[in-house]
Amino acid sequence: MNALLPYTLTGVGLFCLGLHALLTHPHLLRKILAVNVMGSGVFLILVALAKRSDSPVPDPVPQALVITGIVVAVAATALALNLLLGLAASSGKAELAEDLDE
Amino acid sequence: MQMAPMILTLPWGVALIVMPVVGALACYLFRRAAKPLGLMTVTVTALSAAGLALRTTRADSYHHAVGGWGAPLGIELYADGLSVLMLVATAIVACAISFYAARFFDDKEQARFWPLWLLLLTAMNALFLSRDLFNMYVALELTGLAAVALTALTGSQDALSGAIRYLLATMLGSLAYLLGVVFIYHGYGTLDLAMLGQLVESNPVTWLALGLVSAGLALKTALFPLHFWLPPAHASATPPVSAALSALVVKTAFYVLLRFWLEIFPSEGAAPAQLFGLLGCAAVFWGGVQALRARRLKLLIAYSTVMQIGYLFIAFPLGILLAWHGALYLLLSHALAKAAMFLAAGNVLYYGGHDRIADLDHVAQRLPLTVAAFALAGVSIMGLPPSGGFVAKWLLIQASLDTGQWWWTVPILAGSLVAAAYVFKVVGFAFTQAEAPQEAKLVPVSMQWTALVLAVAAIALGLIAPWTLTWLDVGDPFSGAVSR
Repeated sequence: MNALLPYTLTGVGLFCLGLHALLTHPHLLRKILAVNVMGSGVFLILVALAKRSDSPVPDPVPQALVITGIVVAVAATALALNLLLGLAASSGKAELAEDLDE
Repeated sequence: MQMAPMILTLPWGVALIVMPVVGALACYLFRRAAKPLGLMTVTVTALSAAGLALRTTRADSYHHAVGGWGAPLGIELYADGLSVLMLVATAIVACAISFYAARFFDDKEQARFWPLWLLLLTAMNALFLSRDLFNMYVALELTGLAAVALTALTGSQDALSGAIRYLLATMLGSLAYLLGVVFIYHGYGTLDLAMLGQLVESNPVTWLALGLVSAGLALKTALFPLHFWLPPAHASATPPVSAALSALVVKTAFYVLLRFWLEIFPSEGAAPAQLFGLLGCAAVFWGGVQALRARRLKLLIAYSTVMQIGYLFIAFPLGILLAWHGALYLLLSHALAKAAMFLAAGNVLYYGGHDRIADLDHVAQRLPLTVAAFALAGVSIMGLPPSGGFVAKWLLIQASLDTGQWWWTVPILAGSLVAAAYVFKVVGFAFTQAEAPQEAKLVPVSMQWTALVLAVAAIALGLIAPWTLTWLDVGDPFSGAVSR
């Protein structure tokens, strides 16, 4: 057993939880939050990976990756929320439309 | 004599990323001048792609360590034949779309279009020049974000709905990919493609990573049954944007998948490759049937993309060099032909204000160049000689016979028939009169010619096949192909 395992399991758990919510909830705000929960799961594993060897100095690469990942996630969330506001303003609903072939 | 060595030593790869990002910022800052600035940037970027191409044909593959820091610490740009061909195809299609968009959008839309479009170009170029799994992740995300913002450009309800669906799908795909990359880093401690190729061994961590990366990228490439987000997004975006999405953006995720398959997992893939092949067949049939059923022209073209993506995945179970050449050729000819089709649909939309196929009113007489472009692009999509699509399908069929897996030829050939059916459905309605005569708007000749030039290029691609295929092998990107 190593110190990584609990973080990995929690991270994978968050990923699956978010995936479930993304697929089952029709409300878009919930879907956006679900993707963020999934992202947190991945980032948790990535942060914990800094201690992948026994050396006392943490591996800096995963931490650099997490920072980049968080920036990307923030930008994507901002874009999603902006689109959601636009859709809610024009259709009155925060859900996805179904048939396009009219 | 002095010019040639100078051209060969310039850092073209850096220019391919720096030029469009600077252009994007300039277009954002100087909104009034967005159109000339944007056109200039796209032209310069295309010239850089040509420079890089010239360099790789004369010399070997291209390397550039950004800021003097090489891999594994720094970021290294790399281009072999595969990258260069993707970059050149992107440059050609991007030029055509840019000249089209310069006429298509009104002044207000121009200011919104150019920064996002140039950002998309930056992200795609960066992706094709990456050799590192995490840089690929960042480039894929940037591509996705720029593409989603472009989809929502008009702000209509359909476009917003399509854009959100697209964004959620692309974020989910990216996260699955990133989780896979995290497991790879955990197992091997590096993210460099070439190094991983030597380190990877067969164990549960590798399989898990393979599954996550493949699923994430299949979602982003819109492989059946993960294609649900593509038709709404591609059909509701404005035509120049649809052309970019269908011709270029879906191919970026496929490119990453191809790199993984050829360099990291060449020996892992027997069962997943069969699965990819089966899903590819399903995509060919499902996309074909949905395209036949579609009543709107742009939706038809979008489902045709779902179908053509299916062909790309039939190369996976074949696995030999010939099959990868076929898939790449299909990718290139589809990029040109599909952009031509969406631009032609844009002309129809511009002309009549709608794209209902049954109500196309004498379009053939009024927009002859546009209908010619659609039909010629259709020839390549169907795979008739001498088009690029024909060469691609020929290579795939030959690969399936060479590997003794003749059954893969069935979907390849049957798909061509279905494609013929939906192309002729559109062309047929283009010649007939609609029930209700409609108001029509004059379509600028340059927009009509742009679509036609792309369609002719898709046909011409079939004539230069031997030369292109030799060029594709510069730097040996297919060393991971199965040998017979």
